[in-house]
Amino acid sequence: MDRNPVLDVSNFAAVSKNAEKGISRRRLLGGAALAAPAVAGLALTRGGDSAVAEPATPSGSRHAGHSEFPHATFAAGRSVDHAANGFHPTELLRDFDHGRTRRLASGRVLREWEIVAQDREIEVAPGVRYEAWTYNGRVPGPTLRAREGELLRIRFLNASEHPHTLHFHGLHSALMDGMPGIGDNRGGGQIEPGESFTYEFDAAPFGLHLYHCHVAPLAAHIARGLYGAFVIDPKAGRPEADEMVMVMNGFDTNFDRANEVYAVNTVGFHYVEEPIAVGRDEPVRIYLVNVLEYDPVNSFHIHGNFFNYFPTGTSLQPSEFTDTVIQGQAQRGILELKFPYDGDYMFHAHVSEFAELGWSGFFRVGDPSRLTAAAAASMYCELPWGKGRPA
Amino acid sequence: MEAGARAERPLGGSLPAWALGLIPLALIAAAIAIFAALGGPGLGERTGPPLEEVSIEQTVLRPGQIELTLRNDGPDAVEVAQVAVNDAYAPFAAEGGREIGRLGSTTLRIDYPWIEGEALEIFVLTSAGGTVEASVSVAAETPEDDVGFFALMGLLGIYVGIIPVSLGMLWLPFLRRLGPAWMGALIAFTVGLLAFLAIDAGLEGLELAAEAPAAFGGTTLVYLGGLVAYLALAGIDSYLTQRSRRQKSAGAGAAYLALLVAIGIGLHNLGEGLAIGSAYAGGALALGAFLVVGFAIHNTTEGLAIVAPLRDGPRPGFGRLLGLGLIAGAPAILGAWIGAAAFDPSLGAFLFGLGVGAIARVIVQISPAMRDSDGRLLYPASAAAMLAGIAALYLTGLLVAV
Repeated sequence: MDRNPVLDVSNFAAVSKNAEKGISRRRLLGGAALAAPAVAGLALTRGGDSAVAEPATPSGSRHAGHSEFPHATFAAGRSVDHAANGFHPTELLRDFDHGRTRRLASGRVLREWEIVAQDREIEVAPGVRYEAWTYNGRVPGPTLRAREGELLRIRFLNASEHPHTLHFHGLHSALMDGMPGIGDNRGGGQIEPGESFTYEFDAAPFGLHLYHCHVAPLAAHIARGLYGAFVIDPKAGRPEADEMVMVMNGFDTNFDRANEVYAVNTVGFHYVEEPIAVGRDEPVRIYLVNVLEYDPVNSFHIHGNFFNYFPTGTSLQPSEFTDTVIQGQAQRGILELKFPYDGDYMFHAHVSEFAELGWSGFFRVGDPSRLTAAAAASMYCELPWGKGRPA
Repeated sequence: MEAGARAERPLGGSLPAWALGLIPLALIAAAIAIFAALGGPGLGERTGPPLEEVSIEQTVLRPGQIELTLRNDGPDAVEVAQVAVNDAYAPFAAEGGREIGRLGSTTLRIDYPWIEGEALEIFVLTSAGGTVEASVSVAAETPEDDVGFFALMGLLGIYVGIIPVSLGMLWLPFLRRLGPAWMGALIAFTVGLLAFLAIDAGLEGLELAAEAPAAFGGTTLVYLGGLVAYLALAGIDSYLTQRSRRQKSAGAGAAYLALLVAIGIGLHNLGEGLAIGSAYAGGALALGAFLVVGFAIHNTTEGLAIVAPLRDGPRPGFGRLLGLGLIAGAPAILGAWIGAAAFDPSLGAFLFGLGVGAIARVIVQISPAMRDSDGRLLYPASAAAMLAGIAALYLTGLLVAV
């Protein structure tokens, strides 16, 4: 039966999973029908033999009811309860955590944060709850933003039931690496539940980085939600723009080491439901980080537009002018673009599977004066030398 | 002596028998009520997350839509949160609600522009993040179950059930010309055929049961079905034997054996019809003339099995023969209807079990008729004839599979 693929048992699965393997006689029946396709008088089938006689055609004409399905989406009639989650992807998008700053005797700026690891159930798609492990109760964790050359101090408290660390991508000593087994005798390494540790290092190099937990099993600790973006601005800053953070992530809700839900900033299809408002002809800067676990690559594609891409943000010269960028896990880069036309423009992973499993959104481009208050408020005053300016 | 007399005093004193029967029941009910009211004292909280066990009972494809019937097979309620088809979330409506209680079911109508001939992988995401997967290897529209469809199923049942069995019975005149020495071999041939059918039905039933919700019994249903049919036939048999002994009618033995064989084969064909009907309803089955011809040859041997016991005794009337053919063949029609209208793997497993039990009973019943003059059941001719019976069904089965 293996000689002809359409004779395979799998040909007869349409009744149900139960029936597929259940009844050997049906395999016999199907096989016979293949050997002599249906003849008049008994050729009453509409399904089985036409499927056999005409193999799949890619032509759209054979789509049924296509108009009902403009794009993949969650079922209508319910949304994620962002209040219960404790964070809102629309707010999280432009939420940069500048910490507290003070000037040291040396004249150098000390920037400090406090990060608490907490176990927390979150809703990652409407109706789908996930036992996440979080930094400061949100996924992704806070977007830490500093300036090149500052001294950074991050007090980490582990309030989770599991051991965790803060492992930063950046330049630092081994003790400050958040790596279990290194510096255990000096209070570092793996931070057990209830314990705390203060990481301290210089803000270098400038660019877009990330931090995450490095406790084994590593994939599980990262996939549970222990990650965040880490922005180090160049000393001279970057040109003003409407800045936003997009952390490309996913959730393996059934713990089979494959993701069921894909997203930017955690909630699948969130920016389809609530498009991101941006001003026409206004500069937009996107800090794009890929932390997706269990899949080798992720990508970002924008409709009707092109962007300058700065890989890792460590150079002020773009490497490419493109509309699609690929990132492996922990790869990140800065996107700069302007929207010349009004309207809704989709952005999504061009790994189409991810796009249809939640990693899709829209930009809603309009007159800057008519943008939402929240978007306008956060547009220019959230730069690191704004709120967090040293006294 | 007095002590012995006291011991014979009935336990329970002067209470009437019905009260003695009711008291334990009332106590059990009270104990359960108290236990439930106290929330299971001493058992503590459950450990671990809720178990989600959901099986897909039916997948129906309509233009632009997929209908998925789910049954909650686990101990906890399950809530359907989202549905993805071929790695794309799709909008859907839940006919029986998103929340499925224990043993409850719901039907999801999923909007998805499936493409004919392609494979479909569907996963249902529950509120706890669990997944239930269903697959369709070759997508094709499911036939509507209207009047024409049931007529088709009836026609199919006639083609694969009644006609071949009746044709097989046309060997009767030939059999009656054979000498008495052939009788044992003929019965042995029938036993061989029946043994093949029993094994075949048993394996199909077990395979089906493995996919059925465990909460309804799963594979146990096949064995239960077998036991039910065996005991029911044994009971009917003893009743009929008693009556025929009273009537002392000559030839009743031969006619009776033929009837038993017909009933056994009929119950087997019920399962067969169910399989065919459910496969066709799901679009998994393509019908063809070649197929029906193959079935005719395959099932003709069943007709031979029915008339083998009639070699002896008075010539049976046409009406009686027709009746036997209907008893053996018509259940295929009934099975096809059940299978097409309300396919359920648990029901299917039970029906296959019935077929096995019935056939086992028939084998036990007719085996004595194959004894030789020395009273042996197994002798060269009977063994060879049984093997021939098994080979006949095996080989004609291959013919259908070509």
